[in-house]
Amino acid sequence: MELLKKYPKLFQWLFLLAVFFALCFAIDVPETYKFIRGQAEFVKDPNQSAFVFLGKEVRYYAFDVFWRLPPLLGWLPIWINDSLFFLMNDWMPMEFWNEDTQEYKTRPLVLQITRNLTAFMTFLIELIREILLGGLETIVAFTSWDWIDANPWAELPGLPWTIVAAGSAILAYKLGGKGLALYALLSMTYISIFGQWKPSMQTLSFILVAAPLSFIFGLGLGVAAYKSKRVEKALYPILLVMQTMPQYAVLVPALVLFGVGDHAAVIITMIVAVPPMILLTLLGLRAVPPEVIEAGRMSGCSNWQLMSKVLIPTARRDILIGVNQVIMVCFSMAVISAFIGAKGLGFNLLLALNQLNIGLALEAGLCISLIAILLDKMSLAWANKQVDYFGNLNFFQRNKNSLFFGVIVLVGILLAYFGSIYFKDGYNYLFEVPHNKGISTADFWNKGVDWIFDTFFVYIKAFNTWLIVDVLQPMRALYLRMPAVATLVLVVGAGYLIGGVRSALVVCGLTLFIALSPWWDRALVTTYMATFGVLVSCTIGFTVGTLCFQNKHSTNFMLNVCDIFQTFPSFVYLIPVMMLFGITDTSVLIAVIVYATIPATRYTIEGLRSVPAGLHDAATMSGVTKFQRLFKIEFPLAFPHMMLGLNQTIVFALFMVIIGAFIGTEDLGQYILKALSDKKGAGIGLTLGICVAFIGLIFDNLIRTWVGQRKKHLGID
Amino acid sequence: MSEPVIKCQSVYKIFGANAERMLKEANGNVDAKTFQENGCIVGVNNASFEVSKGEMLVVMGLSGSGKSTLLRCISRLTDATGGKIFIEGQDLLNLNNKELIDLRRNKMGMVFQSFALLPHKTVLENIAFPLQIKGIKTEDSINKAMDMVKLVGLDGRENYFPRELSGGQQQRVGIARSLAVEPDIWFLDEPFSALDPLIRKEMQDEFLRLQEKLQKTIMFITHDFDEALKLADRIAIMKDGIIEQLDTPANIVLNPATEYVRKFTEEVPREKVLLIKDVMDEITSDNMGDIKVSKDEIIENVAEKILIQEKTVAVTDGKNNIVGSINPAKIINTVFGGRKNNH
Repeated sequence: MELLKKYPKLFQWLFLLAVFFALCFAIDVPETYKFIRGQAEFVKDPNQSAFVFLGKEVRYYAFDVFWRLPPLLGWLPIWINDSLFFLMNDWMPMEFWNEDTQEYKTRPLVLQITRNLTAFMTFLIELIREILLGGLETIVAFTSWDWIDANPWAELPGLPWTIVAAGSAILAYKLGGKGLALYALLSMTYISIFGQWKPSMQTLSFILVAAPLSFIFGLGLGVAAYKSKRVEKALYPILLVMQTMPQYAVLVPALVLFGVGDHAAVIITMIVAVPPMILLTLLGLRAVPPEVIEAGRMSGCSNWQLMSKVLIPTARRDILIGVNQVIMVCFSMAVISAFIGAKGLGFNLLLALNQLNIGLALEAGLCISLIAILLDKMSLAWANKQVDYFGNLNFFQRNKNSLFFGVIVLVGILLAYFGSIYFKDGYNYLFEVPHNKGISTADFWNKGVDWIFDTFFVYIKAFNTWLIVDVLQPMRALYLRMPAVATLVLVVGAGYLIGGVRSALVVCGLTLFIALSPWWDRALVTTYMATFGVLVSCTIGFTVGTLCFQNKHSTNFMLNVCDIFQTFPSFVYLIPVMMLFGITDTSVLIAVIVYATIPATRYTIEGLRSVPAGLHDAATMSGVTKFQRLFKIEFPLAFPHMMLGLNQTIVFALFMVIIGAFIGTEDLGQYILKALSDKKGAGIGLTLGICVAFIGLIFDNLIRTWVGQRKKHLGID
Repeated sequence: MSEPVIKCQSVYKIFGANAERMLKEANGNVDAKTFQENGCIVGVNNASFEVSKGEMLVVMGLSGSGKSTLLRCISRLTDATGGKIFIEGQDLLNLNNKELIDLRRNKMGMVFQSFALLPHKTVLENIAFPLQIKGIKTEDSINKAMDMVKLVGLDGRENYFPRELSGGQQQRVGIARSLAVEPDIWFLDEPFSALDPLIRKEMQDEFLRLQEKLQKTIMFITHDFDEALKLADRIAIMKDGIIEQLDTPANIVLNPATEYVRKFTEEVPREKVLLIKDVMDEITSDNMGDIKVSKDEIIENVAEKILIQEKTVAVTDGKNNIVGSINPAKIINTVFGGRKNNH
């Protein structure tokens, strides 16, 4: 009894677990239950039950409601789908002037809007792409094909690679100094020499369109949310869901609205990249000291002046960190959107992975990572750069970089011209190294993969079998063995114990949505894979982080490693694991573990570092040993921050599990991938995406609530 | 007397959802406790006072006493919940946004505790900022700002960024910025509180020098009683949103209105605050020596002169007329014993 009074929380948790297990044992597996069920495929089967809601018929296999809830939300994907089609094809038909046929044509409003948007995006992308690579489309957009035929000279020539490489080096020098400039020059030269110039520039042009647009929209919405509580409240749930929504899932509805190609990819990328920009803008504006705002007001600023001259410049750093985030999301999307036909490195990467040509995939992956790191470092350098004063410099000093670039352009054009005389065999290497004429290392890598397979096959295979048979299969079976009611009780109970009624209700709503969708079993598989990944990642991250923290140099080294790894587009992680483990669940899990270990490590280190120096000294002066200090002072204080790391780890793991569908899993991600090639996939894809997002949000809510209370309790923030 | 520059009539500032309704129901009888029970916090409670042209009113109070809130009501950075505020006869609370911006652009300047400089602008650009906001040509505003740089003694550092300056220098920029539009009314919100004691003293002297030259109408907020005594023409002492006493420094020291005010005055070195005229007696028929002291002298400066006389000393006004007398006993009493009398 006394123990009960001393540790009431502990007993509450024990009681919850007891109820959970009791439910698990009390509810038997129905005899008719099998994992692969036809519900999601809408196969008609006489054993199925059916119900009709909102005019949509939903068919499903009925079980004991304690075992699996009936898919009462099964109409939702169908309904979303039908609504989308209705919007696109039948809603508000209007007369629109058609330039080509010179007559009015009836078209639904939404279709017209999306087509116009599409045309605009295509124009932007082509413009940038043709500046970099040359082409006709931009000129055609202003004139016509007939005009081009009549004037064969009219073609954008494109920039020689030498100019782009030197230009990026100058920009890098201006932003980040010599080191960054050297890196820019080397990586650009590498890309060119190894024959990846064209796809690289295609990817770059995609990013140069998507990133600025996302920035503008994100900044605008962020400012609007800052100014109006109502806008913020309206945006908040969307931002929350988008943070945990797998990027895959957005592809499908966009496919229906905008079709296939770069333009659709840009629009999707904006949808994914705008939320973090909004969040960081809001964060930055909120962090502006109130006295600075008052100083602006007392200087007689109008609202517009206050925003543009006081608030945004003062919040500059946070806003530019937002730009950095946007760029990172864009790279990640540059690969993923290859699924809907975006050109560039991502497309090559996907193609190579599909053909199991690991060497080619590695080359493409390397290039995309090189550019990603370059843009990441450049945008970070820009964010951290302090404004300089130019007032007392003369014209030449002020514009030396632009002047230098002008010289470079001239030299580059001259070089390209000489090149066209010197290289007579048709390829001007000083202008652009063609894709198949560069140095290729693909064979080398492929042979390496073969060698690894030949040499280590036995061990890899043994490890693989052990992991799948002895660890993964039992774990998966355990997860699937949970009756839906028991899971619900466990999750809601945890919500109640951590955050009271409010948390319990939120968590209950999120879980019910998944349980009532037709994909509960799939969600369980996703959760089991993510759980496994998170457990291993956290163990590794926690250990590595703690060990590295013991020494200042290793701390910095590790944080840098985390930075660089985080820059790689998520898809790139699949290449090396496929190299080693082929197409198995093991590959997916290893990718998940590697990817999710990054935040686990980073937050461990940051958490330990956030322990105030004063406490550290105080502990040392009371004569603690290193271990005592670690366990009695540092861990307890760093724990809340480390839990936020857990939160990030879960989100990262979920993302990677979903992307792992590409290798072949049988979870929610697999269905999202299927929905991509399904005509009626939009609703399914979106609903699946929301399911994944909700899994993430359940944990997010629990962890954040707990961390908030813990921090309050410890009096840190 | 001409119209007061700032005039407050029972100004209230109450934070909370139902502030206005509650204020109406309270009927001018605001009790902080009942308000707090209903979820409202009283920032300023029935403040009425006037500040005339060229006068410096120092508002003194500990943190949470509502002094900054009062200042923000008068600069309308926050809207007062009740009462009336007149700036040179204009009803401040009835101004629309455009008129308010106009007023701030031309009449008001404000200095902040944390300096509140724009981190992306140089010293010169920071000072020129209010001018440029007003729409003055870049060249003119830069010239004007340069004058201000010289005024606060920062020449040679005009192209530095705030991050490159010390606290005292940053506040000089803040002061220069607030003076750039040549405002009539100057608000200073604990301008020297974030500075080291030595720098603070230096800045106070600098501030007095500037005020002697510029003769602005000033509201100065501080939590430091000594600072208030040193600078003020009149002092308002605030507690829990209420102005406890508003008077000249001498009267506050000699006749504290409430127990709360008295506590502040206890440790004050009176000889440094009081003038001869504050403690002098009427002209007596006693024979007074040849030594005369001016009534506007601070006691500390003439105490020795009086004490060695061992007899009553005549007090004169500016025209050398005898207006009173003072004897050594009175001086000793003021410096050492005066406090006990008030117990």
